[in-house]
Amino acid sequence: MENTTNTAAAVDNSEFSFKRASQAKEIWRRFRKSKGALIGLILLLIIVGVLLFAPLFISYDAAIESDFANVLAKPSKEHIFGMDGYGHDIFARIIYGGRTSLTIALIATVTSCLFGSALGAIAGYFGGWVDSLIMRSLDIFMSVPDILFTMAVVVALGANAVNLIIALTLAYFSNYVRLVRSQVLTLSEQDYVEAARAGGSGNARIILKHIIPNAIGVIIVNVTLNVAKIIIYESTLSFLNLGMPPPQPEWGMMLSEAREFMRPAPHLLIFPAAAIVLCACSVNLVGDGLRDALDPHLKS
Amino acid sequence: MAEERTDLILDIKNLKVVYKTDMEVVEAVNNIDLKIGRGKTLGLVGETGAGKTTTALSILRLLPAVTGKVLEGEIHFDGQNLMEFDEHFMHAIRGNRISMVFQDPMTSLNPVLTVGDQIAEAISLHNDQLSKEEIDRKVEDTLSMVGILPKRKSDYPHQFSGGMKQRVIIAMALCCEPELLIADEPTTALDVTIQAQVLAMMRELRERLGMAMLMITHDLGIVAQTCDDVAVMYAGEIVEAGTVEDIFTGEHHHPYTVGLFNSIPNLDSRASRLKPIPGLVPDPTNLPKGCVFSPRCEHCTEICRQQRPETVTHGTHSLRCHLFAEKKEGGAAHE
Repeated sequence: MENTTNTAAAVDNSEFSFKRASQAKEIWRRFRKSKGALIGLILLLIIVGVLLFAPLFISYDAAIESDFANVLAKPSKEHIFGMDGYGHDIFARIIYGGRTSLTIALIATVTSCLFGSALGAIAGYFGGWVDSLIMRSLDIFMSVPDILFTMAVVVALGANAVNLIIALTLAYFSNYVRLVRSQVLTLSEQDYVEAARAGGSGNARIILKHIIPNAIGVIIVNVTLNVAKIIIYESTLSFLNLGMPPPQPEWGMMLSEAREFMRPAPHLLIFPAAAIVLCACSVNLVGDGLRDALDPHLKS
Repeated sequence: MAEERTDLILDIKNLKVVYKTDMEVVEAVNNIDLKIGRGKTLGLVGETGAGKTTTALSILRLLPAVTGKVLEGEIHFDGQNLMEFDEHFMHAIRGNRISMVFQDPMTSLNPVLTVGDQIAEAISLHNDQLSKEEIDRKVEDTLSMVGILPKRKSDYPHQFSGGMKQRVIIAMALCCEPELLIADEPTTALDVTIQAQVLAMMRELRERLGMAMLMITHDLGIVAQTCDDVAVMYAGEIVEAGTVEDIFTGEHHHPYTVGLFNSIPNLDSRASRLKPIPGLVPDPTNLPKGCVFSPRCEHCTEICRQQRPETVTHGTHSLRCHLFAEKKEGGAAHE
């Protein structure tokens, strides 16, 4: 094909070609506008940084080795958050507990998102009996209380990291099925999907290249908001002694152990609770900021 | 295939399409015949709901899977009956040998992909042997073919105006040099000056690529400018068909065609009011028993209400009306 000399249109063009800010820069610009989101992001970065580099300043032994001389010691210079009922250093337990908690929460979020989104996309795109089958099974699934269901899974499979991830995935994937299905239902009615079909694209290509990228903003926001939920949910599980086996530290379990000493030694309760709140809050703030930054209706 | 090469690129025979829902059956297209010669342009004219888009979608076999059904008929493309092929074969036809331009350029482009990516996708889908560089070059060629600077390929659709978007969409449709282009009201969403630009470009590209075109529109002006043949569609039937001359200057017309022409403002006449066709398009779930146009026709007689008229053909001009059938019997001198 040779070039046409459609000069009128060519002149038009040059006027329009301006510098294109990259997608990521644009999102960052909008994200920055919200103070809360920035605070959340900074907090989150600090938390992640501390957790990542924990072995440099405190050893895992402090978290699991008992120092019976200092049981229930108040916060002091050597043990800044004090000691718990077994003589473990609470600061070390919070740090190492956070490492496990956050890792499990992140992996569970990713797996539940992938699993749920795939099911939702299939249900929404193909419709008909496939949709009915998936959604009705999901209804049955969701009619069992989450906590009961997860407990059943952990009890049946045994408490360890992998099984916790499976349990959390099963508890949370249904959100994504509904979310992605509703997105796909609207998006697959779009003209560009019809156009892609008329251009010879197959179903897999249409879903992966045309539908999911348009839904990704909504999915990302839900993922960040769900991380916070999963962190709390996981603490709940370990509070019920369904988390990692002791003596491995975990935030929820620390709370449950602290119950006995609530009156004489409230610091056993305060610090892990604060860690959960801080973590969930910062993730939520980031999620909120991302939602605003990715919302196409607010694009300037 | 086994069949001999014909001079028709598209030959639709007796096509009948319905939309079935739990509540009702919508008779969208009722036994229509259409023929498009190689390199020719057929204008398909009719009001909203006449079944024009349904016809186009059935050619590409893109009717809604659950509700849309082709009950009867054959669609021959280049001598092969498209109704007989499986989905896999249709993937290779769509966008490659038959492509389609949709009505609304604002929504026909994926907002999260650059236009270059979208054109590249259309190219690579049907040319998997091409290298990245070759595809890239082809994207640039295609863009400049429709009068857009190649460097704009890394822009997103929202950075283009409506007319430019329609150019991009046309570029996507043409990048594989199809033999048949289906244009479904390609300029309806554009304003008149941009409409003229886009139409001129489409005419030019049609000449250059030698493709046939099915131009779906309700604008008789566009038909006069771009088409060789015209088919007028009403309530799922083709009521009149012929060359542009037959329709615009011919002697006899279907009352519906006459009504369409009367609805166009005329610069020369000083009439203060247009003469619209009374009534509304019949409910496609409940079409009249006789001629589909009979409830709105001013020449309607008893036979029109009772019996569906047959298509009567004079040379290239065909009509589906009892009035015309009588004339043919009476004035046998015509033949």
